[in-house]
Amino acid sequence: MKLTGKAWKFGNNVDTDVIIPARYLNTSDPSELAKHCMEDIDPEFADGVREGDIIVGGANFGCGSSREHAPISIKAAGVSCIVAEYFARIFYRNSFNMGLPIVECQEAAREADAGDILTVDLTSGRVINETKNRSYESEPVPIFMQELLSAGGLMPYTMKNLSK
Amino acid sequence: MTITEKILAAHSGSDRVTPGELITCEVDIALGNDITAPIAIKAFEEHGAKQVFDKKRVVLVPDHFAPNKDIASAQQAKVMRDFAKDREIENYFEVGKMGIEHALLPEENLSLPGDVIIGADSHTCTYGALGAFSTGIGSTDLAATMITGQIWLKVPETIKFMFKGKKKNKWISGKDLILYTIGKIGVSGALYKAMEFCGDVIDELSMDDRFALANMAVEAGAKNGIMKADNKTLAFIDSQEVKPVRDFKIYESDSDAKYQGVHEYDAEDIELQVAFPSLPENARPVGDAKDIVLDQIVIGSCTNGRYADLEIVATLLKGNKVARGVRMIIIPATQRIYKKAMNTGLLDVFIDAGAVVSTPTCGPCLGGHMGILAEGEKCLATTNRNFVGRMGHPKSEVYLASPAVATASAVTGKITDPAVI
Repeated sequence: MKLTGKAWKFGNNVDTDVIIPARYLNTSDPSELAKHCMEDIDPEFADGVREGDIIVGGANFGCGSSREHAPISIKAAGVSCIVAEYFARIFYRNSFNMGLPIVECQEAAREADAGDILTVDLTSGRVINETKNRSYESEPVPIFMQELLSAGGLMPYTMKNLSK
Repeated sequence: MTITEKILAAHSGSDRVTPGELITCEVDIALGNDITAPIAIKAFEEHGAKQVFDKKRVVLVPDHFAPNKDIASAQQAKVMRDFAKDREIENYFEVGKMGIEHALLPEENLSLPGDVIIGADSHTCTYGALGAFSTGIGSTDLAATMITGQIWLKVPETIKFMFKGKKKNKWISGKDLILYTIGKIGVSGALYKAMEFCGDVIDELSMDDRFALANMAVEAGAKNGIMKADNKTLAFIDSQEVKPVRDFKIYESDSDAKYQGVHEYDAEDIELQVAFPSLPENARPVGDAKDIVLDQIVIGSCTNGRYADLEIVATLLKGNKVARGVRMIIIPATQRIYKKAMNTGLLDVFIDAGAVVSTPTCGPCLGGHMGILAEGEKCLATTNRNFVGRMGHPKSEVYLASPAVATASAVTGKITDPAVI
């Protein structure tokens, strides 16, 4: 599966409090959460982001609270994929569990600039920066995680195994 | 094997596990709160699940936006309340019985040594203070575990943190040890790892200090923080009103256990700590923060809202007043802590000094309610995170410290070493 989109670039340690501030956690409605996605770190993001765009993060993307509202708000904002140097543990789990593709690729994340067009091949783990004409390899997603993604997330995977 | 590996092996039906291995683990307790449980409940119901795996082992606590701060949060709390009623969840704690979850579960003896506890709250790692494996997960994970009683986990490598020697002074607390540690290794210094705490200094800590220490393992990126249960742990379990209804087991790391790394810290080097905005890793000695003028002090949270914390606050506050221009908000973490503080006169000390005392809630820690900051305001809090906008306006600032430093600072109105008071 290949995803192509425009990059939104963020730095290191983007925490879930800035992805979706707690003052908006009195709802779990994805479209409401999307309106405030990244508000405290980039007030232009929620209005400017377009369907299919890609978030590029630095180290430890998604650190902090376990709130699944964070990947939910990003997905509902239209983001197709996150490429980061590496992700915080709970955010990584949450993204696979709820079906938001994420890729750990240090070089691609470091070299991308805001506005670059990226293509991410989820199967091979390859990231192509179309604007800079550069290609990067990343570790393929572990087999178990691929099974989760192909089942459509943890819940369909769990229900399928229960009925076996 | 390490303590963490032994617990995970015992819960996955294996004699041994090795770091990196993916396992399916039996869960002793699955925890959710009023923010995270509604998403799990929606997933649970949408996928046609009928009942939870065990009505005694699912724990639901409305603590974040409760008592409800607005209509939307009341609706969310109702989703959880209705679910608890419909599915006959025994350990649902309504307002009045509720406390901040990670202070409440140990009081209720729901978290025990040797357990595997998963919670849709990142500070679920707190129960490592009891020698349990406990870790934060998201709402979808909680939904799946509520159905199956199991969770998939990757066995983490363990990093050992040994604290030796004598503490510099009586005010150095579990909070200072963990802020110091995060300052040394950074907010992703223990990413995906188990942090195992040991040494004389840990042995001498009170249980409340151990909870504060384990609580912030996640702020170094860790999967869990853990320490060996000892006589203090057993005395703590024994002293609770509610007795355990399950057997538990104490695990110790083998002498030949493999660690990914070992950090040895000399307590002589550890000063009282203050973490500057906007990351917990910005920890520095309190002297470096001297004279930073504050608008608000918050004492509370799953990190430092326990009775021993409140006792320290009262010791320093007695006969003093909260400085003019400063708001001091004190939040006992549970109803029992609140009541004990009332009976022992601590609340009198707080109120006489000009502090406000609140019903248990996570409230201001996550910028929910009960102490939100305006633009440009500075707060020193005994909480666990000081991210941008964590406690209110994105241009407000949060400093993290122990109850002793927070109280001394409340009296002077600027960040202060308690030795000065």
